[in-house]
Amino acid sequence: MNLIDNAISPAWRGTYTLFKKELFRFWRVAFQTVASPILTALLYLLIFSHALEGHVQVYKGVPYKAFLIPGLIMMSLLQNAFANSSSSLVQSKIMGSIVFVLLTPISYLQFFIAFLAAAIIRGFLVGFSIYIVAIWFVDLHIMHPLWIFAFALLGSALLGTFGIIAGIWADKFDQMAAFQNFVIMPLTFLSGVFYSIHSLPPIWQTISKFNPFFYMIDGFRYGFFGQADISPWISLVVVVAFLLALAWLCLKMLKSGYKLRG
Amino acid sequence: MSVTAIKLAPVMQFVPAIKIEQVQKRFGDLHVLKGIDLTINQGEFFGLLGPNGAGKSTLINILAGLLKSTHGNIAIMGHDVVNDYQSARLALGVVPQELVFDPFFNVREMLRFQAGYFGRGRENDAWVDEIIESLGLTDKAHTNMRKLSGGMKRRALIAQALVHKPPVIVLDEPTAGVDVELRQMLWEFIKKLNRDGHTIILTTHYLEEAETLCERVAMMKQGEIVALDTTANLLSKLPGKNLRLKLGNSTLPAALLPMLKNGENGVFTLALTDLNQIEFALSELRKANVNVEDMQLIEADLEDVFMSLVGGKAGGG
Repeated sequence: MNLIDNAISPAWRGTYTLFKKELFRFWRVAFQTVASPILTALLYLLIFSHALEGHVQVYKGVPYKAFLIPGLIMMSLLQNAFANSSSSLVQSKIMGSIVFVLLTPISYLQFFIAFLAAAIIRGFLVGFSIYIVAIWFVDLHIMHPLWIFAFALLGSALLGTFGIIAGIWADKFDQMAAFQNFVIMPLTFLSGVFYSIHSLPPIWQTISKFNPFFYMIDGFRYGFFGQADISPWISLVVVVAFLLALAWLCLKMLKSGYKLRG
Repeated sequence: MSVTAIKLAPVMQFVPAIKIEQVQKRFGDLHVLKGIDLTINQGEFFGLLGPNGAGKSTLINILAGLLKSTHGNIAIMGHDVVNDYQSARLALGVVPQELVFDPFFNVREMLRFQAGYFGRGRENDAWVDEIIESLGLTDKAHTNMRKLSGGMKRRALIAQALVHKPPVIVLDEPTAGVDVELRQMLWEFIKKLNRDGHTIILTTHYLEEAETLCERVAMMKQGEIVALDTTANLLSKLPGKNLRLKLGNSTLPAALLPMLKNGENGVFTLALTDLNQIEFALSELRKANVNVEDMQLIEADLEDVFMSLVGGKAGGG
């Protein structure tokens, strides 16, 4: 990283330093931030594939175990991207150390970029690690790698942005836990990680289409199997729209100094 | 202890270090700052005093960009803290009052990150090491912030404010809760910074500290500056002296009670407006058959000025 340190212009060194600090922060506790979600995803894979393999056929020619893996990768990627920016922010607010960043010339846009980039890296690291471990157990082919990359990037950016918003808004760990347990968890579990929405009753199919997590997971899964519940182009448009809306809200909050600069 | 001197560009030499114009701050109906005007020149050692709730911390937070003012402007080295905030923040180092720290990193890492936030790269590492040495943190450079004692955390906070070589440094209660030895060490360090050309703004709980260090002082009360002058002038405004008497187990005669400033454990301090009152006090003590164990005549201090202007208990906030 020394080479990058020297190559980067002073105007962007603050952003880069904040990004690097955020990477180091989660890497220092990698058991909790990387190893733990990988283990959780593998336990889901083990238990659900054992319980449902042979009972559930989602896509033609795709074993349930293989169907499950992209969903689990995306779920972990999204949850960890959210956790990275939200927990870092809420912790530094409660500890008071956020002041060290607020006193510097780093602009609100640079602040956003640094936190977002670190969230994306953590999401990718967790997601890629799950993939590497999972392919030891399951034969998994990739049909459209660009779609996989696009949805992984957009999904982690969307949840990283959502994490910044939650981190700015929450004043205590309790509020953050509520956010995670009552918003993020239900939205991920009800998004088609473990099933295709075509297996749901019509009313639940309609409700699922209001869940942005459904589009991220469905589009991501298309990259593996070349089949999905809806067209990946529709998913792409929905995810980009949500990302732009959340990024606009997040930047507005940061620019106004909401809950950060009284 | 060696700290590299700050060299200012000639064009900047006549710009005030800090210029505060008509700054107001409201929190709902609460009017915390009521139009503060204050100019602090480059190279000054300036003290900001006031009781809890006077508005000192609010003013410093607006200066540092941690709060937004309701009205008015502040410029640091000629840079507006809102419209030209990046240049303003480059010129300012702030030592917060609370012992805040990032629990993931050691002292050196934290200082390098802080320097990086200000756009400084590896070329600044030598300066970071110099600050670490100057503040006696060399042995702790690789110690996680969590594991430092309160005094060491305080030193690390001061180091963090200096990593980008700011010409203006604000220290918010820098010696709160530190032992006498460290306080003396920090005083010497801050005086050295001032001699090297840094402008110092100090808020302090200890009036003795302001009296010892600051050339000029502003006293705040309920969101307003009630006194602004050199420390020497403020002290000269109170020509009176104090008579401190140690009376052992005896009580103070009733005739002397109107002059009583404070008294505990058999030591009584009488406020004198006239030196003739010494003879009056001694005659009353003789009349009452009170044995005087010790007696001292003391000049009025900043606390007396503070009490006469602000009233109530002196303290930081």
